[in-house]
Amino acid sequence: MEKIAVKVDDLTVAYNYKPVLWDIDLQIPEGVLMAIVGPNGAGKSTLIKAILGILKPIAGSVTIFGKPYATQRKHVAYVPQKGSVDWDFPTTALDVVMMGTYGSLGWIKRPGPNEKKRALEALEKVGMLSFKSRQISQLSGGQQQRIFLARALVQDASIYFMDEPFQGVDATTEVAIINILKELRKANKTVVVVHHDLQTVPEYFDWVTFLNVKKIATGPVKDTFNDDNLTKTYGINYKVSIQK
Amino acid sequence: MTSAQLEIQLIASLVAIACAIPGTFLVLRKMAMISDAISHSILPGIVVGFFITQDLNSPLLILLAALTGVLTVVLVEKIQQTKLVKEDTAIGLVFPALFSIGVIMIAKYANDVHLDIDAVLLGELAFTPFDRVFYNGIDFGPKSLWVIAVILLVTLTLLLLFYKELKMSTFDAGLATSLGFSPAIIHYGLMSVASITTVGAFDAVGAILVVALMIAPAATAYLLTTNLTKMIILACFFGVFSAIAGYWCANYLDASIAGSIATVLGLVFFAVYLFAPHKGLIAVLYREKQQRIEVSLITFILHLKNHKEVEERHVNHLSEHINWQKVRSKTVLDLALKNNFVSIENSIISLTEKGNEFTTKAIDYILTNEDVQIEDMKKDFFLFRG
Amino acid sequence: MEILEYIRLVFSDYTLRTITLGTAVLGGVTGMLGSFAVLRKQSLLGDAISHAALPGIALAFLITGSKDTNVLLIGALISGLIGTFWISGITSKTHLKSDTALGLILSVFFGFGMLLLTFIQKQPNANQAGLDKYLFGQAATLVESDVWLMSIVTGLCLLVLLLFWKEFKILLFDQDYAQTLGFNTKFIDILITSFIVLAIVLGLQTVGVVLMSAMLLAPAAAARQWTNSLSVMVLLAAVLGASAGVFGTAISSTQNNLSTGPVIVLVASVFVLFSFIFSPKRGLLFRQIKLIKNRNDLEFQKTLTFMYHIVENHEDVYHPHAIKILNNFQGYSRKGLQKLISKNYVRVNGEMWSLTPEGIAAVADMYNQNLKND
Repeated sequence: MEKIAVKVDDLTVAYNYKPVLWDIDLQIPEGVLMAIVGPNGAGKSTLIKAILGILKPIAGSVTIFGKPYATQRKHVAYVPQKGSVDWDFPTTALDVVMMGTYGSLGWIKRPGPNEKKRALEALEKVGMLSFKSRQISQLSGGQQQRIFLARALVQDASIYFMDEPFQGVDATTEVAIINILKELRKANKTVVVVHHDLQTVPEYFDWVTFLNVKKIATGPVKDTFNDDNLTKTYGINYKVSIQK
Repeated sequence: MTSAQLEIQLIASLVAIACAIPGTFLVLRKMAMISDAISHSILPGIVVGFFITQDLNSPLLILLAALTGVLTVVLVEKIQQTKLVKEDTAIGLVFPALFSIGVIMIAKYANDVHLDIDAVLLGELAFTPFDRVFYNGIDFGPKSLWVIAVILLVTLTLLLLFYKELKMSTFDAGLATSLGFSPAIIHYGLMSVASITTVGAFDAVGAILVVALMIAPAATAYLLTTNLTKMIILACFFGVFSAIAGYWCANYLDASIAGSIATVLGLVFFAVYLFAPHKGLIAVLYREKQQRIEVSLITFILHLKNHKEVEERHVNHLSEHINWQKVRSKTVLDLALKNNFVSIENSIISLTEKGNEFTTKAIDYILTNEDVQIEDMKKDFFLFRG
Repeated sequence: MEILEYIRLVFSDYTLRTITLGTAVLGGVTGMLGSFAVLRKQSLLGDAISHAALPGIALAFLITGSKDTNVLLIGALISGLIGTFWISGITSKTHLKSDTALGLILSVFFGFGMLLLTFIQKQPNANQAGLDKYLFGQAATLVESDVWLMSIVTGLCLLVLLLFWKEFKILLFDQDYAQTLGFNTKFIDILITSFIVLAIVLGLQTVGVVLMSAMLLAPAAAARQWTNSLSVMVLLAAVLGASAGVFGTAISSTQNNLSTGPVIVLVASVFVLFSFIFSPKRGLLFRQIKLIKNRNDLEFQKTLTFMYHIVENHEDVYHPHAIKILNNFQGYSRKGLQKLISKNYVRVNGEMWSLTPEGIAAVADMYNQNLKND
């Protein structure tokens, strides 16, 4: 049997006691590229944030490789939504990527040459090495997204959570992200992506979770990504042409 | 009560009403701090106006100072547009600078005239009855009373004339624009009224307490109602109440009337903040506790519906798997039992018919999230609350 | 007083040296911490805190009867913190927004403070003279022990800043991410806020409650314009704050009747204005120049493209055409044509013009650029 990377049990999350996620059970096998899809307000980002402990669930538990999340942080990397931060912040691309090393450093210790080397490697992987000293507000949206991606790569985790990395990016960035995803899969990493573009799901991912407050379905794309589940998730007679 | 005392209370009450009306809109438009900025930055306008007119109640001075207030708003917006700093920083940069200019001008040039810092910050409500209007030797009452009465009259007229436009542009700027009401005109109109009121009230209650009279009554009223008309009336009531109560407190303590009014405003707000029936702290905390239990209950029965497996429905599972503490698990289980949602057999929990029906409804509500169904659910909740 | 005379006095005169050092240290620490307030979008919190501190000063005096600065500042600290917590209590538990909460706490606490101050004034036995200075600040009342206190807090602040630099930075930029890395963001948050409150309270004696917030904002807002590095910004804000303190004190102490607060704030505001206009990357002047240059470039390109469209249908693209045709084109100007000639893209012969091979190449280049950008 394949190893389970992330196991979510009975997870319920509410904002101001208004339900956003109800009784989610989810098992993500190691080494899959999984898309989380669902309509706006379905709780996709909330699910990721609850798994990562940013939001406190009112019920349920999350385990990473069979152990509680709090003890397994070093195995997990996070790519937040690009719009969640102030890009006018006075810092450079390299500096942001370096933040990915802060977790392994722990409190007070400062990043040294080794951390810088890792950050530069990650920048190179996303094709942003020549922008390393650029102030982050002077980067395009796609470049900013790649900086976030590089920051997560630096963490050298086993599981990556990405919140809409394809949102509003240019073609170059989209290709870069896809290449990174492929590379991560080759290294048997687990990647969970909140995704909006249903058309590209079969092309980019091998695993999919349908979410609309409740979990509708989860499984390999070839078995799960069908009109039936799409309709259940998005409402009456929602159909997309699925390239198989 | 002497006639001077009566006049002071009358002036204070009119100031309170004149402030509460624009204050309500500022609070609703999330621009409360703009009133702070205006109240500080009109100072240089007042000083310059005073040099020209030598009279704090002159209409020219009031207009000049009000113009400075509107200029402040424009300046803040211009700075925001440069994107060099964030919005709140722009406010925080502009008004201290203008206020400093005003204070320095007073210190350098207005030393021997009757205009000092204490008056700027606190006003001189106690002295207002001494500066009176005489015409043909007949006493027409205190000047301040006339000034604030005229301002209030203008404010009320504008409020009644443009009530619909104000309301719409405050609650739905998009709709207002599409219907042809220019949001800019309403915006600057409101800013002008706020500025003029600030200047008019400034003489009586001082710069910072104008802010208290604008924001505190509106904030207090907002905790009690979301209906605009009711909110304005309530705000006026709280303002007048605090003005009169504050006056008598100051009288008793022999201290600043304006400071006393602000203190009463604060106390009134604090009381409402604690005890308001729906939005007060106590009500909110109580409701949150209720909701926590309600949500836990739904989570629990939803879990039962989702899982037919025996091990998922074992009593112990509740604390182990759902990750709840013992006490909470027991509360929720007791609640479910009391409402006949579940039954327990050999430590295995099952949904009853009623529980099943309720769960279906709950899922429906969660998925469609329509308000109608929330109401239904709430009625059901009351069933098991008691 | 002559400037040189003043500088000599700063070094020789005890009082002048004390207040100059005091305002410099104060400006430094508020500038430093102000950078964090500005970047956290809490610019106006400082204003509310400083106003909320006033009743604490008055109450401390009423309770202890002492005018000792440290006692009064502890009172200020307590009431400032109460104000801060109440603001977050209002915004988290009711639907009132933060601007309302800030304005409410600011004005009500200040009003209460003024009530107490006027009440104290009327007390027959209490000599209240001196409490007034907390409104606009009186640097002249600083004594050596005050400066020591400021320096100790500044040193402490510097130490904490150096120790937790990495944590502060990541919290400011991306709080959620910091949390996923395992940092206790609440702890860092409280640490920053406490230091900001402490710095505000320390400044009350010098700058006063009414204008204290500007001491936090102005140096930081000015510094932000000159750098894109957080460490440089914090350092520069400290330097600018200290300079504003020194210059402000110098000006106010050489003039009669001027409170220190307003003068320091005005000096700091001048720094901000200067930075807004003249900063080389973000400044308004630079931006305007760039805008004009871009417009000229665009016009230049448009003229060249227009000429190319005229000639492209001809067999011989180098065939001359009348200058008169160009008048149909809105972007055309004599100056533009001169520029094209000087770049050797266009040749003019009498009333006729023709494109050169370099000109054709330039147009082709422009097309490729545009394609790439799309």
